[in-house]
Amino acid sequence: MADDILRIRTPIGIDYTWSSGPGSVVYMRGLENGKLIGRRCPDCELVYFPPRNGICPRCGVLLAAEVEVGPRGTITTFCVVNVPFLGQTIKIPYVAATILLDGADIGMQHLIQECEAADVRMGMRVEPVWKDKSEWTPSLENILYYKPTGEPDADFDVYARHL
Amino acid sequence: MAPLRLFYPYDRTVGAVIGRFLTSLAAKKIEGTRGVDASVHVPPLEFDPATGAALTEWVAVSDTGLVLTWSWQPEPFADNTLQQPFAWALILLDGADTPMLHAVRVASVSDMSTGMRVRAVWAAEPTPSITAITCFEPEGAHG
Amino acid sequence: MRDVAIVAYIEGQNTSATTLSPVEMIVPVVHEILNRANVQRSDIDFWCHGSCDYMTGQPFSFVSAVDALGAWPPIMESHVEMDGAWALYEAWVKIQTGEANTALVFGNGKSSAGDMNRALTLQLDPYVVAPLWPGFRSLEAMGARAAIDAGTVTERQMADVVSRSLRDAADNPNVLAYGYRDADELLDEPMTANPLRAHDCPAMADGVAAIIMTTADRALEMCDRPAWIRGIDHRIDFQNLGLRDLSRSNSAALASFHAGVTKDKVDVAELHATYSHHEIILAQSMGIDRSTTRMMPSGGALVANPLMAAGLARFGQAARQIFKGDADRAVAHAAQGACLQQNIVAVLEGN
Repeated sequence: MADDILRIRTPIGIDYTWSSGPGSVVYMRGLENGKLIGRRCPDCELVYFPPRNGICPRCGVLLAAEVEVGPRGTITTFCVVNVPFLGQTIKIPYVAATILLDGADIGMQHLIQECEAADVRMGMRVEPVWKDKSEWTPSLENILYYKPTGEPDADFDVYARHL
Repeated sequence: MAPLRLFYPYDRTVGAVIGRFLTSLAAKKIEGTRGVDASVHVPPLEFDPATGAALTEWVAVSDTGLVLTWSWQPEPFADNTLQQPFAWALILLDGADTPMLHAVRVASVSDMSTGMRVRAVWAAEPTPSITAITCFEPEGAHG
Repeated sequence: MRDVAIVAYIEGQNTSATTLSPVEMIVPVVHEILNRANVQRSDIDFWCHGSCDYMTGQPFSFVSAVDALGAWPPIMESHVEMDGAWALYEAWVKIQTGEANTALVFGNGKSSAGDMNRALTLQLDPYVVAPLWPGFRSLEAMGARAAIDAGTVTERQMADVVSRSLRDAADNPNVLAYGYRDADELLDEPMTANPLRAHDCPAMADGVAAIIMTTADRALEMCDRPAWIRGIDHRIDFQNLGLRDLSRSNSAALASFHAGVTKDKVDVAELHATYSHHEIILAQSMGIDRSTTRMMPSGGALVANPLMAAGLARFGQAARQIFKGDADRAVAHAAQGACLQQNIVAVLEGN
């Protein structure tokens, strides 16, 4: 019938207790103290940051040695965000980039600020801008964004195999 | 360890059959569909369970019925319609041939029995939802 | 049909609440089972995984679970949002089609991450049932009463099942509940989700189960006495509880028939009976005589119920009975859904 309802809202909320697992604890404790701690795979020797789940997904083994990486890094690739969306907190256009931290083998994603979107490029050297120390938690959110260091760009060869 | 809450604000399309059932509930009416073997299914089935034929004949049923089986919920969830210990039951409404699940409000577990008769307690302002019926309670009880 | 056998089974330590991430739980089990079968990662040509995001509390958790497998070079992998027993079925089909010869199947669950009684509600009809949030235990309790009222199950039988399961669990180091309690003592306990008592309900666990299965040409390299899958079938009933007779399981009966359970004597049965009354309903529906078949020598899912792994664990435990030579013919079973809605049954033989 024409007046029958067609949709219902059935919200579902479920509560969990989340444990990150011991493999990620070193990484989170590092962030709490302003350090970027990755871990090295004992088999392929790649350094992961973040050391997600404490696993090398390539070898399927637990990561081993802790390695401090960064804080500076190199932009390997990036995109310019021009599209507004609900909940957006940053003024467009802005840049989301994959950053290869010095000493790490896996890129991580973060924001690039303090420069024009049009000036961002592959190979650009960047460094983190941290929140005030009083606000640090065991989270990558302690880093507000990355900004250019002003150093000369890295050679393509440096990051070619990390794209 | 950290607390984590996942929330999914699902907005579902219900289709014509469940849509009519829920719309009727908001008007304090319970309707089912008649199956190929003449059985009346409440909540309504869209398709016959044996033949798969689309079911289009609607049948109004009573808001009273019989408890076919039941169990006790000693600690309600926050989303239950009742917030004190209560029973769950499969209730065969008068005029229906298949039972529906709902809550039954009684003072204690000793007031529950298989075969007892119950009556729907309607929400003060029924919405098009299965929770238009707050719960059932024993026939003759004063809500 | 190709002859396919289960050749190795490993379960991770069942715990009441692990601090490991799901991936960290899986990694050591994968390593251990590869060692057990004396094979390399590269010998596995199909990987199949069963788990449920609503239980892990991590949408698309199966994607990160691939991290545990060492997917480089890329592997042939699949996932079912079901107990690992259904992943085993997919792997069995994959081997039958000739696309794979050796498969590693695993299931994992972290029940402690949330209130599973509540989370399992999300398996129900989302329009007119789930919005009431009945909770799973309440539905199973309704099924128990339906069976008690129908006279097919008695409270005494349920207590006997619990007593035997707790006793058998004493010999299994990987359980969360065990002990020596006779039926009278159990029946003196108060009911919680009436008609269920606390001990009629499973000991929820965090855990992982893994199986390796392979074809006839390699089975004897990996295992002295493989557990040959002689029949396997799965069936499903209506989701609508009102359309079903909860005192029996039609889908378990059909799956059992098509798997060939009743063609010969059953030495051992490992049924995925999560609640005490399930064992009685399942045995009746499946044609298993509980007086002549050794039921759940592991203690079963009542004494350790790692969601999404507990069903696959029944297949593994049944296979172990064959590996050890304690059984020549074993039945493995897993169930999903409310009140034994979906059932998978396999017949395993040593010869």
